[in-house]
Amino acid sequence: MTDAYASSVIGAPADRVWQRIRDFNGLPSWHPAIAESRIESGAPADQIGCVRAFRLRDDGVIREKLLGLSDYDFSVTYSILESPMGVTNYVATLKLTPITDGDRSFAEWSAEFDCPPEREAELVAQIGDGVFQAGFDALKREFG
Amino acid sequence: MVRVRRSTVLDAPIDAVWRILRDFNGHDRWHPAVDRSTLDGGRRTDQIGAVRNFALTSGERVREVLLARSDREHRLCYAIVDSDLALQDYVAELSLKPVTDGDRTFWSWKSRFRAPPGKEGALARLVAEGVYEAGFEGLRNLLGRSPEPEPPRPAVTGTIAGEAMIIDRHGGPEELHPASIEVPPPGPGQVRIRQTAIGVNFIDVYCRIGHFDLLTPPGAPGMEAAGVVIDVGTDVRHLTVGQRVAYACPPVGAYATVRTLAAALVVPLPDGIDDKTAAAGLLKGMTAEFLLHRVHLLKRGEIALIHAPAGGVGRLLCQWAAHLGGRVIGATTSEAKARVARAAGAWDVILPAELSLEEQVMALTRGHGADVIFDAVGRDTFGHSVAALATCGHLVSFGQASGDIGLYDIGSLASKSATISRPNFAHYTDTPEKVAAITGHLFDVLDRRILDVEIGQRFALRDAAAAHRALEGRRTIGSTILIPEAAAGGGG
Repeated sequence: MTDAYASSVIGAPADRVWQRIRDFNGLPSWHPAIAESRIESGAPADQIGCVRAFRLRDDGVIREKLLGLSDYDFSVTYSILESPMGVTNYVATLKLTPITDGDRSFAEWSAEFDCPPEREAELVAQIGDGVFQAGFDALKREFG
Repeated sequence: MVRVRRSTVLDAPIDAVWRILRDFNGHDRWHPAVDRSTLDGGRRTDQIGAVRNFALTSGERVREVLLARSDREHRLCYAIVDSDLALQDYVAELSLKPVTDGDRTFWSWKSRFRAPPGKEGALARLVAEGVYEAGFEGLRNLLGRSPEPEPPRPAVTGTIAGEAMIIDRHGGPEELHPASIEVPPPGPGQVRIRQTAIGVNFIDVYCRIGHFDLLTPPGAPGMEAAGVVIDVGTDVRHLTVGQRVAYACPPVGAYATVRTLAAALVVPLPDGIDDKTAAAGLLKGMTAEFLLHRVHLLKRGEIALIHAPAGGVGRLLCQWAAHLGGRVIGATTSEAKARVARAAGAWDVILPAELSLEEQVMALTRGHGADVIFDAVGRDTFGHSVAALATCGHLVSFGQASGDIGLYDIGSLASKSATISRPNFAHYTDTPEKVAAITGHLFDVLDRRILDVEIGQRFALRDAAAAHRALEGRRTIGSTILIPEAAAGGGG
């Protein structure tokens, strides 16, 4: 089992940032790597078990299943069903925590997955920097 | 039930913050509202169940018990046992998370408690602002506020006059004499240090005698000291003027009041480790670290025979080996030293007797022998150590206090499939990365009180010859340090 983890500080209260990221179908509106997204079978985007299928800007397709969504904890958990990355048992959580000292929020994005040992370093970098940190950078541009 | 939660982001890496916060009894060092804190009942600061007993600057007394601590999760939980405040059933959790975006630290501090009716609001405010927010500010102050604008380095001045204890030729302790020295300003990659405490090690004696070619006269012996950086050359990033530092490595020359040397060899000292402890324990502690973790990876349950267990390195070896789960046997020469060894964790101690060392070891271990032997005595003990080894045992010979071992017939080791190592401190500490790894590990166990450095003897720097006589005469217990006169006057 391999872990990827990135965390950042976003310059807006957690409830405001949460409005942006709680929409499981909303990645294209804020994450720079995602071109378009739809929820399969017309399910609501906040229904646990729904599957989002999205296309990356570089044309790969990823299908992910919503495992948990908490407006109380500001956290969303999902797994990858299908992707070009070559990972298995991939489960990720994106979570916000209010920073009481100033109107900011602490954002954490973590994943656990299996992959061939020789690809571990490359995938940890690709996911940690290319997906998680790139998402934080976009949120920081939007919220400061 | 009242709930309070506060959080902040500190501009420091998580390890730097956790090093301070993990010390349950160390909050009087950084929290402005905590006057002085002590541990009740002789427990260690990292023991679950430890009770810290402290007064607030406003006068109230509080006792709190450590409920849980995790170095992996960077988390502490504790509860109030009794206090002059009206907080009831107060349980708090303090936790850190890394902010990977910028190498900062997210700090969350929360609690729940009951309060007398009508007092909830005031107490919640007291906890949130007087304790948590004030604590954030206190730690921020301790860490130093702004690493960004680097203060202009003071112009490097010219040479500084100092004093050193030097030898003009190899020989006895009487060869050590004071001499005036001119200490040059630091060049690129160097720092100049005003030394406050200097460690004395047996290797200094070897240098003085000429046994090692580390010291070519005229020159000063000494491998280890602590002090304050007084100026910094160009290309030095990890040290600043005024910083407390220490080093333990060649080149020799530590027996001096002021010294200029390569910054890469110098490590910053954590707040919890004072100058004298660093000077007394750095080289010996680093030696114990690589002997037990790099030369021989000591495993739980192994029988470790440690010669000279009351000496500087020996005592630290006993403490650390016992902590690692080794069954430690000390071999020493007097009942006083045996007591020191037992207090340091030795399970049994061997004294000179009718029976030889190996016969005593075999009797204690029911014929098994020692799985590993740490022997810095040399000529007088080497043969006995080989005989005391278990089958496939490992003899680590790291010194020869009693004289040269001489030639040894390697064929005789086949009777036990024995391994012999002859490690040299210099090879384990010849890059900044190795030094950082070893000192990082060492400072951690010192901080957790797994090791404690006992300073048995202090001499003025000018009395270095007397320090050498005591060491060679096997009359020392624990570590020996030299104090430069200026530092001795100032209480350094």
